[in-house]
Amino acid sequence: MTEHTIKAFDADLQDLARMVAEMGGLAERQIAESVQALSKRDARLAQRVVALDATIDSLQREVEERAVLTIARRQPMAVDLREIVGALRVSNDLERIGDLAKNIAKRVIALGDEFNPQRAIRGVGHMADLVLGQLKEVLDAYARHDTGKAMVVWRGDEEIDAVNNSLFREFLTYMMEDPRSITYCTHLLFCAKNIERMGDHATNIAETVYYIVEGRVLADERPKGDTTASTNVPYPAA
Amino acid sequence: MNGLNVAVDMAAVAMPHMPEPDAKITVRDLNFFYGQSKALKNINLTLGTNRVTAFIGPSGCGKSTLLRIFNRMYDLYPGQHAEGQVLLDTTTNILDPKLDLNLLRARVGMVFQKPTPFPMTIYENIAFGIRLYERLPKSEMDGRVEKALRGGALWDEVKDKLNASGLSLSGGQQQRLCIARTVAVQPEVILFDEPCSALDPISTAKIEELIAELKEDYTIAIVTHNMQQAARVSDRTAFMYLGELIEFDSTQHIFTNPTDRRTQDYITGRFG
Amino acid sequence: MSTVTDSAPAINPIYSRRRRADIVVRALCVGAAAFGVTWLALILFTLFLNGLAGLNFQLFTESTPPPGASSGGLLNAIVGSLIMTFIGVGIGAPLGMLAGTFMAEYGRHDKLTSVVRFINDILLSAPSIIIGLFVYGAVVVPMGGFSALAGSLALAVIVIPVVVRTTEDMLLLVPGPLREAASALGLPRSLVIRRIAYRAARAGIITGVLLATARVAGETAPLLFTALSNQFWSLDLTSAMANLPVTINNFVQSPYEYWKQLAWAGALLITLAVLTLNVGARILGAERTKK
Repeated sequence: MTEHTIKAFDADLQDLARMVAEMGGLAERQIAESVQALSKRDARLAQRVVALDATIDSLQREVEERAVLTIARRQPMAVDLREIVGALRVSNDLERIGDLAKNIAKRVIALGDEFNPQRAIRGVGHMADLVLGQLKEVLDAYARHDTGKAMVVWRGDEEIDAVNNSLFREFLTYMMEDPRSITYCTHLLFCAKNIERMGDHATNIAETVYYIVEGRVLADERPKGDTTASTNVPYPAA
Repeated sequence: MNGLNVAVDMAAVAMPHMPEPDAKITVRDLNFFYGQSKALKNINLTLGTNRVTAFIGPSGCGKSTLLRIFNRMYDLYPGQHAEGQVLLDTTTNILDPKLDLNLLRARVGMVFQKPTPFPMTIYENIAFGIRLYERLPKSEMDGRVEKALRGGALWDEVKDKLNASGLSLSGGQQQRLCIARTVAVQPEVILFDEPCSALDPISTAKIEELIAELKEDYTIAIVTHNMQQAARVSDRTAFMYLGELIEFDSTQHIFTNPTDRRTQDYITGRFG
Repeated sequence: MSTVTDSAPAINPIYSRRRRADIVVRALCVGAAAFGVTWLALILFTLFLNGLAGLNFQLFTESTPPPGASSGGLLNAIVGSLIMTFIGVGIGAPLGMLAGTFMAEYGRHDKLTSVVRFINDILLSAPSIIIGLFVYGAVVVPMGGFSALAGSLALAVIVIPVVVRTTEDMLLLVPGPLREAASALGLPRSLVIRRIAYRAARAGIITGVLLATARVAGETAPLLFTALSNQFWSLDLTSAMANLPVTINNFVQSPYEYWKQLAWAGALLITLAVLTLNVGARILGAERTKK
């Protein structure tokens, strides 16, 4: 795309993109480290994750400020306006992802030395890997304005929802088998939910990328595969 | 977060549904020449009744030339001629050489870039145009002058000095006087050729507000260099470049998601 | 801040050379102006010195006296000048205005206009005696004698180019958008000119006419062989009529003291009239720009 006649405008847009990219990198790191802290029961790592969230929050405020300033100064139109609105939305989603990772880390600290069946954590780790992959792809799509990649991510949320469903049932089963694991599994339930929400936010970002490039909102219904709200595992008859 | 989503969704949906207006002026295959050189190439568009149509584009793209065809202003200058069809109300061919130009200009009025009050009193400025077509007793003329000045959002400011010279007003007031003068002869179409270029921001805002009111009774076409003004004021926008009509669509579409690459480059400041 | 502006130019040689040149040229300009004004003052002074003595009531009530007389006035000459100037401007100004209107309005881009403008400029600076000679051959000879009519015609020929020039210039100054605005209301061409362009250029055109009047008020040469002059009171347009310039010319060259005194008085009258017209034109022009 040709450059603006006013170079400072290009600089403004580039700064916004850079800040969003920085937030994206931090979010990825937070996801990876919070889940690692969960599987290794590493309280110190969890503390670091909690502390780092403040950086993401302050970056999000910076992005907002910068976006508002650019709108006031440059009166952006068409694709420029969509890019700035897009940056605002994406930074919001990334900030929420950071909060969700912080929530996971807090639960690690709360769990302490609780009894833990190893097999439970494997599922969570797998889902986290999927979500991390989604986020990487969608941030790449955002940087390159690639709607193809964004659509792939958008459809990929179905798989994450499926994993979440099966994990839900798995945890219910564990808890019914061994009451000692209830505390742990409950926390894991919330962590799984958080990771599933992270996946949703990644899908939001994909929708934003589509909007920026095409100028239309993705009208189709997002494939909603989350059935945990209606899941029921019957108690095995004694 | 949800609020932002909703705002974006609403913008993408079409405006509250307005019935498609009749075409007040229809342009078909219009070509225009300054001597031998072609200034307008194959223009096709319509001006909707009681709508505001804006014309934007870089300097020399032909938007003022196109505007001045609607009231045959180019007839004042030799060597300029037009080919094609320009219809008023689908019945009157504006380009017809036998057309009575004075009557045409009574139906299609024009406001120019530089405020041009006549060298007369404010009252006379308005009455002058009215007297061309109607013979009215003084009381009725007074009423018509007041109505016109109200129509130009100027009445309150000049009602006590109707006998002052038109030239004693400020720039913004002079321009509103010109608008009042045009409205006084009760045209059907009003053409604005960069009406606010020479004015300060407050006068500009007053005139934009005026245009929003005027469109209820008149069909309006406006040529402007100021894209934000075009976005604020118009219902449909035409983007022109080098004498061609590049894109002509609803204002909302043009300024949020234009189809043609050149339109986008122009409105985002990537031109040239 | 002041130290910067004080010290830098003083040492700069280019600047000081410019300063010197500026002072020299300014002195030359002032000197030239003073030179011109001095002569004007001298002329006025001389006129007043010699003519004031002759200014009395008689000047305006009695006709020119016969040679050797010691009383009399310039009434017939004054009236004659007024009549011929009036008729001359009365013929020349409308013709000039109409021609100027054509050149500025209807024929602005016409070839004819540039030809007319060229000839007009030549006529503007034609020696007035040539014009007098022309009217002699064209009017006086066929008529069989001198006449006030011929004199008026000669004056008219002088007035026309001046009025043409100023009318065209003033009309060209009327901004195009103003004309377009009038046309856009549906005004036909002739009304655009009459009601708008004329009104806008009114002051300028009147100034032009006043200046032309001032010019012909004191012209002698064209009247020499057209109206000649007349010793007696006469209002007959078809015969010679007295007028101030020629009368002054005749009286000054005569040996009679009284006649010479009358000549100076007459010169003073003409000068005062021309001065008044010029000042009036200037005031009118100032009023226009004050708007």
